Amino acid sequence: MTTDNARRVISVIVVNEASVLSRITDLFSGRGYNISSLTVAPIPDTKYSRITIATLGSVKTMEQITKQLHKLIPVLRVYEHEDMVEKEMALVKFDITENLSDINTICEAYNGKIVNAGETTVIAMVADEPKRIDNFLNSMKRYNPKEIVRSGAVALER
Amino acid sequence: MQISGAQMVIEALIAEGVDTVFGYPGGAIMNVYDEIYKQDGFQHILTRHEQAAVHAAEGYSKASGKVGVAMITSGPGFTNAVTGLADAYMDSIPLVVISGQVPMSLIGTDAFQEIDAVGISRSCTKHNYLVTDAKDLPRVLKEAFYIASSGRPGPVHVDIPKDVTAQIEEFNYDIELDLETYKPNVKGNPRQIKKAMEAIASAKRPLFYLGGGVINSNAAYDVRELVNKTQIPAVETFMARGTLSHDDKYLVGMLGMHGSYASNMAMSETDLIIALGARFDDRVTGKLSEFAKNAGVIHVDIDPASISKLVNADFPIVGDVKNVVNEMLAQADSIDGSRYESWRETIENFDALHPLTFHEDSERIKPQWVIQRVGELLGDDANISTDVGQHQMWTAQFYPFSRPRQFASSGGLGTMGFGFPAAMGVKSAAPEKVSVNFTGDGSILMNVQELMTAVEKKLPVINIILNNNFLGMVRQWQTLFYDKRHSETDLSMQPDFVKLAEAFGGVGYRVSTKEEFDAALKDAVEKNVVAFIDVVVERFENVLPMVPAGGSLFNMMLLEKKEDK
Repeated sequence: MTTDNARRVISVIVVNEASVLSRITDLFSGRGYNISSLTVAPIPDTKYSRITIATLGSVKTMEQITKQLHKLIPVLRVYEHEDMVEKEMALVKFDITENLSDINTICEAYNGKIVNAGETTVIAMVADEPKRIDNFLNSMKRYNPKEIVRSGAVALER
Repeated sequence: MQISGAQMVIEALIAEGVDTVFGYPGGAIMNVYDEIYKQDGFQHILTRHEQAAVHAAEGYSKASGKVGVAMITSGPGFTNAVTGLADAYMDSIPLVVISGQVPMSLIGTDAFQEIDAVGISRSCTKHNYLVTDAKDLPRVLKEAFYIASSGRPGPVHVDIPKDVTAQIEEFNYDIELDLETYKPNVKGNPRQIKKAMEAIASAKRPLFYLGGGVINSNAAYDVRELVNKTQIPAVETFMARGTLSHDDKYLVGMLGMHGSYASNMAMSETDLIIALGARFDDRVTGKLSEFAKNAGVIHVDIDPASISKLVNADFPIVGDVKNVVNEMLAQADSIDGSRYESWRETIENFDALHPLTFHEDSERIKPQWVIQRVGELLGDDANISTDVGQHQMWTAQFYPFSRPRQFASSGGLGTMGFGFPAAMGVKSAAPEKVSVNFTGDGSILMNVQELMTAVEKKLPVINIILNNNFLGMVRQWQTLFYDKRHSETDLSMQPDFVKLAEAFGGVGYRVSTKEEFDAALKDAVEKNVVAFIDVVVERFENVLPMVPAGGSLFNMMLLEKKEDK
C-alpha cells in the first residue's frame, strides 16, 4: 500500500441523518478526490450508517481524505482498511437460451448462482472480491449478457 | 413555554448573548422579523445587501471575538450571502447565518424564491442545517453557536422554512449538547509539546511563524510573552497582523508574497519553524519545494487537516494555540534566548539590506504614505479594515498595528467589497475606536450601497480610497507578467466620490496633497461622520517586495534603491 494512486478502501461511520451522504460526496468532488465505488447502509440497531468508499490515491492523499472526512460534523470514525475482507456483488441478466448450466457452474466458482428465471431471461448473482468480479464479468462475455449491474464494495477489517 | 419557531430564534439569540444582528428581511423570514420588531434584546442593523450583512457580521466577530450573526431571506437573499459565508469559511470566522426558506410543503417545487440553500452552503460552511420541525430549533441553534465558535471556528448556516417559524412548540434552551461525533482536540499532546521544546532549545536559527489562528484563539498576548521570553524572532502572516506590536523587537515583519525581505529570508534560512495557527498557505510559502528547505517544523493547529497538508510537520501538535502556548510557556525556562543572538543579527542585516520602504514622490501622494500617515495620526486609536488589492497589501505592510483584532481583512478568499461593511461591523463592536477602511477605487464600488446603512445607523466609518484609477493589483500583474497589456483594468471613468458620499448623507473629501489629506482625516474624525476620503495617488505604484506566484520565497522582486533609479 505504498505506491502512488493505489486502490484503497475506507469505511466512514456517520450519524444516519438527512444529507450526510451529500456531505461526504461533496467533499470528494470539491477537493478533487476520486470515488471508484461507494456503498452505504444503516448499521443495524444503531443511529449510524456505514459508508464504504473505494478510491485511488497516494498515502498523502489518503491522509488528507481521512482528516477532511473527520472534520465533517456527523462523521464518527474514518478508517482505511489494510487487512480486510472485501466483497462486491454483481447481477447479470442472460437470455434463457444461453448455456445455463455453464453459467451456473461459473457462478458457483464466484460465490454465486442463478437467482431468478423468467420466461425469456435468467439473472445470475455473484458476490466476491472486486478483482474476481472483474474476472467473472470477463468470463461472462461469451454468454452475451443483456444487462450487468455491479455494487460498490463492502469491507470489514479481519 | 409554548412559542413559535420565530420566537425561538429570538430567544436563542438573546440567550447566546447576541447584541447585534445584521440582516435583510424578505418573504420567507418575515415571521422572524416580526418578532425582531417586538423585542429589545438586541439591535438589528439593516444593511442594503445580504452580502454586506454577512461581511458586517464578520467584521463584528473579528473585532469582538464573539460569534457574528446575520439573518437573510430565501432564494436571492441567500445566494447574495454566499460570498460572505465563503469568506468567513476561508478565514475561520465564527458566524451563525440564519436564512428563511419556503414552507416545507413547497420545498422542491421550484417555488418563488426557493433555492437549495443547504446544498449550496455545504461546501462553504463548517456545518449547516435545514430545520424541518420547530421542535429541533433550540438544539440546532445551540449546536450552531457551539460549532461556530469551538475547534477551528467557522460559519454555520441554519435554514428555516417559513412554516417552521410559525409552528408553536415547547421551548427550552437549557439543553446539554450531545455531539458525540464532534469533539475538537484542544489540549495538545504533552509529550509532543515537550519534544518540541527540546527541539527549540537545540535549534540554532528558530523562527516563530504566526498565523491567524493565534488571533482566533485569543492567544496573541500569550504568544507575545513566549516570543519575548525565548527571544526568538517572529514573522507574521497577513492574517496574524497585530499579534505582536509593530514595535516589538522580536517582530521581523510580514512574510509571503508581499512580505518583507527580512521575513522571507529569515524563513528561508531558519532551521526550525515554530508554526502557530498558520496553515502554510501558497501566498506564504511560494514554491513549496524551495520553501524553508533546511528547517524542521513544529506545527501547532487546532485543525488536524491543516497539519502536514502542504509541509511535513516533524512535531505535529493538534490543539488550541492558547493552550499549547501556555504549556510551552511553562517549559520556556529551559530555553536560553542568548544563544540566538547571532541569528537575530543575521535577520537585522537582512532588514538593513532591503528595508520595507517606498520612494516618496514630490508630485503625487504615494499610497504607502497615506497608510503610514493614518498610523501616525491615529495609531492604536483606529481599527483598520481593508478591501482587496494593492491597498490591502500596503496596509498590511505599512500600518503600525499594535494589538490583535485591530485588523479586519479578507485573507483567504480575497473578497473585494469586504472592507466597508466589515468596518461597520467593527464599529458596532468597538464604537470607542475610529473605524478606518482602506479601499481602492475598484473595491469601494462593490458594496458602496452600505453608505446608506452607515449613515442611517450612525456607524461613522472613514473610507480612505487610494484612488489610482486602476484595478491596481491586476494592473500590477499585467505590467509585470503580461507585457503591460492593461486589459480592462483602467478605471479612468469614475463617479464623483465626494458627491456620492454626500448623496447618501455622508461627507466626501477629494484630496491630492498631503496637507489636504491631513485636514480631511482630522475633519472626518472630529465630525465623527461616515466619510469618503478620495485620495489621488500615484497610478503606477507597485506593491513591493513581491514573490511572483509560484516563485521561491527568497527570490523577491525588490524595490530599486533610489540611486539605482
